[in-house]
Amino acid sequence: MSFWTLPAASDTAQRVDRLFFALLGVTGTVTLAIFVLMIFFSIRYRRGSRAARERPPTSNRALELGWTLTPLALFVGIFVWAAGVYGSFYKRDPAAATVYVVGKQWMWKVEHANGRREIDELHLPVGQPVRLVLATEDVIHSFYVPAFRIKQDAVPGRYTAISFTPTTVGEYRLHCAEYCGTDHAHMGGRVFVLPAPAFARWLEEGNPAPSLAAQGFDLFRRKGCSGCHEPGSSVHAPDLKNIAGRIVHLADGRAVLADEAYLRDSMLVPKRDVVAGYEPIMPSFQGQLDEGEIAALIAYLKERR
Amino acid sequence: MSYLAEGFSLRSWLTTNDHKRIAVLYMVAITAFFFVGGAAATLIRLELATPAGDLVQPETYNKLFTIHGVVMVWFFLIPSIPSVLGNFLVPLMVGARDMAFPRLNLASWYIYVLGGLFTVATLIAGGVDTGWTFYTPYSTMFSNGNVLLAVAGVFIVGFSSILTGLNIIVTVHRLRAPGLTWFRLPLFVWANYATSLILILATPVLAMTLCLVALERVFHVGIFDPALGGDPLLFQHLFWFYSHPAVYIMVLPAMGVASEIIPCFARRPVFGYRFMAYAILAIASIGFLVWGHHMFVSGQSLYAGLVFSMLSFLVAIPSAIKVFNWTATLYKGSITFAAPMLYALGFVGLFTIGGMTGLFLAATAVDVHLTDTYFVIAHFHYIMVGGSVMCYLGGIHFWWPKISGRMYPEMWGRAAALLIFFGFNLTFFPQYLLGWLGMPRRYHAYPPELQLLNVFSSAGAVVLALGYLLPLGYLGWSLLYGKKAPPNPWQATGLEWQTASPPPKHNFEHEPVVHQGPYAYDPVR
Repeated sequence: MSFWTLPAASDTAQRVDRLFFALLGVTGTVTLAIFVLMIFFSIRYRRGSRAARERPPTSNRALELGWTLTPLALFVGIFVWAAGVYGSFYKRDPAAATVYVVGKQWMWKVEHANGRREIDELHLPVGQPVRLVLATEDVIHSFYVPAFRIKQDAVPGRYTAISFTPTTVGEYRLHCAEYCGTDHAHMGGRVFVLPAPAFARWLEEGNPAPSLAAQGFDLFRRKGCSGCHEPGSSVHAPDLKNIAGRIVHLADGRAVLADEAYLRDSMLVPKRDVVAGYEPIMPSFQGQLDEGEIAALIAYLKERR
Repeated sequence: MSYLAEGFSLRSWLTTNDHKRIAVLYMVAITAFFFVGGAAATLIRLELATPAGDLVQPETYNKLFTIHGVVMVWFFLIPSIPSVLGNFLVPLMVGARDMAFPRLNLASWYIYVLGGLFTVATLIAGGVDTGWTFYTPYSTMFSNGNVLLAVAGVFIVGFSSILTGLNIIVTVHRLRAPGLTWFRLPLFVWANYATSLILILATPVLAMTLCLVALERVFHVGIFDPALGGDPLLFQHLFWFYSHPAVYIMVLPAMGVASEIIPCFARRPVFGYRFMAYAILAIASIGFLVWGHHMFVSGQSLYAGLVFSMLSFLVAIPSAIKVFNWTATLYKGSITFAAPMLYALGFVGLFTIGGMTGLFLAATAVDVHLTDTYFVIAHFHYIMVGGSVMCYLGGIHFWWPKISGRMYPEMWGRAAALLIFFGFNLTFFPQYLLGWLGMPRRYHAYPPELQLLNVFSSAGAVVLALGYLLPLGYLGWSLLYGKKAPPNPWQATGLEWQTASPPPKHNFEHEPVVHQGPYAYDPVR
């Protein structure tokens, strides 16, 4: 990595950089103008100089309005530009590959859809949109890849997510950006962006584990989910076919999108979002499922058609 | 008889009700804490001179930046200008005999000292490693440090802020001299008035938040920890609801100081006085509505992020207005460059850079990359050190003749101002670049390719430390050997200059009457 520059290795990085350098241009120009004026006035109007000082102004309404409204217009423009880019970090692209990332003092655990796991490393194929779904087993962490210009906190008790597309093959730094205790500075590693064929080989090699969805299917039976949620069960529980991504109508009249966060909450805090027409009888699985198992169950539910 | 000659015993100081003596008590106490916080900063920069974490253990490093933050924010910056210069000057500037509640004023100092003792006890007991932000659930359920002691210290010192704020508000409302209408008030009084409003409105929220942290940590009441049914983002909302306005608590009084010094040494009325006063009020009010810009990557809703982003751009506008007006004040002036003016001009420059880089952090998408990196560290040090500390020192020099009755040595004053300006930029400018290159904050070790910039920063810290030690030396020297100060050595306007240096116990021989606005300066060649 060169000394002055940071690689821009994702679509988000290129968009953020354009905005960053535009901001640098605007703020740099204004700052320079202020400095030049201050220095110019300081020299020209130093005590004893011959500069004319007749009728010095003490106020000027037009000037005040000018330097209030000009920045305002500029700021609205920057705000809109930034908001557009910011929104794209959280857009849901159906083509995006979901990768589950779990933070834990002081490591990052990653699970790919096919069941391949890695620690403190993240392998991604170039050109493939990816959506990271983040969770944490203890305190707040923040997943930060400077070369991608992305950062997202992993917050206890909920899922967070961020989307981007890696655009340049290479090896990049991965950090934890939210202070998380003793070894915070060492919680990180490397992100590898590989050409598609190399990534496919990497996914397969040394991966004895079944796919994440298959692990989820196994858990679905072992943890007793199927006892109630299979069609034909004697217990009256919602059928989970095609659940992921559907709009679910709740007993209190709300309608919510069954995204990862909803599915996760339904396992851990089932009484919060009870589906219309069902009794609140499901027990909480808090403490019985770790973040990896929850991710596997969600991957399974997404494939359950 | 000057207020300093009213009594020389320790008892006469510790039981005084005189706002000027209480200001001096505050000055001594916050100077001590400044050097505690500064020592921690020096150790941090020494550790970061090399990429490997080799000077101190990671736990020690985490305690160092925590104590640096806690001490500098609550025991130096927040009380610095309001409790020292504000305490000393607001009654003088409004032509009053004292603060509205002199005994409450002394109580606020004792509360400050009590809070300070808790903080010292935290240090002696082995420190605390949460960062000054006390983020949950780390602070409530995971940290092994002395969180409760540290939180208690901050909780207590908050009451000292509230009492000082209350005193200033009532003093400005009730004790103005005849003829001193609101729009004849010096901007320093406006700034301290607005700051006091923030102090009494925001500080209680911090107190409640810290109580909730203690409740969860001790009794496991689920407020912030989701494992107990709480929400960690709730803590961040509450914390920043106080801590963002706290930034304006630190910088508004600095703006007030600059607005006194620049007109005096440019021999010009401050340009756009009314706009300057309104800008102060605008910053104080909009400042309450921007806290969520600390949380763009925290998992708060996208739309909340956008609202906070727009409001953050809005709060930058009154700050910009102030910078433009200070610059315009120089136009057609008759400028001299004594040490206070060097500090004030340095402040305008550094505050401009700090404010401009704040725009990067208000722009959501750019903030995602820069937040929690050294870019943020550089940004807020430009505001708080380049802004508040520069103006605190500028103000101390400007009013030193009034406070001590002695002149400081001018050449030393200028040398220190320039050294501090240089050391400051060498320390903190490289940190902007480090942040852009993706160096996260609160890192005990970092990637080796970032070493060169870190070495610059650490070298700057050494220069800065020397710069800060200089005034301690020559101001101390001037107390004994400095030239005796006349009542108005700078030919400044303002009621504080119309009484003796140092002023008598009740400030004025006769109650002053005001006939004109502030800053009635005439430029001379």
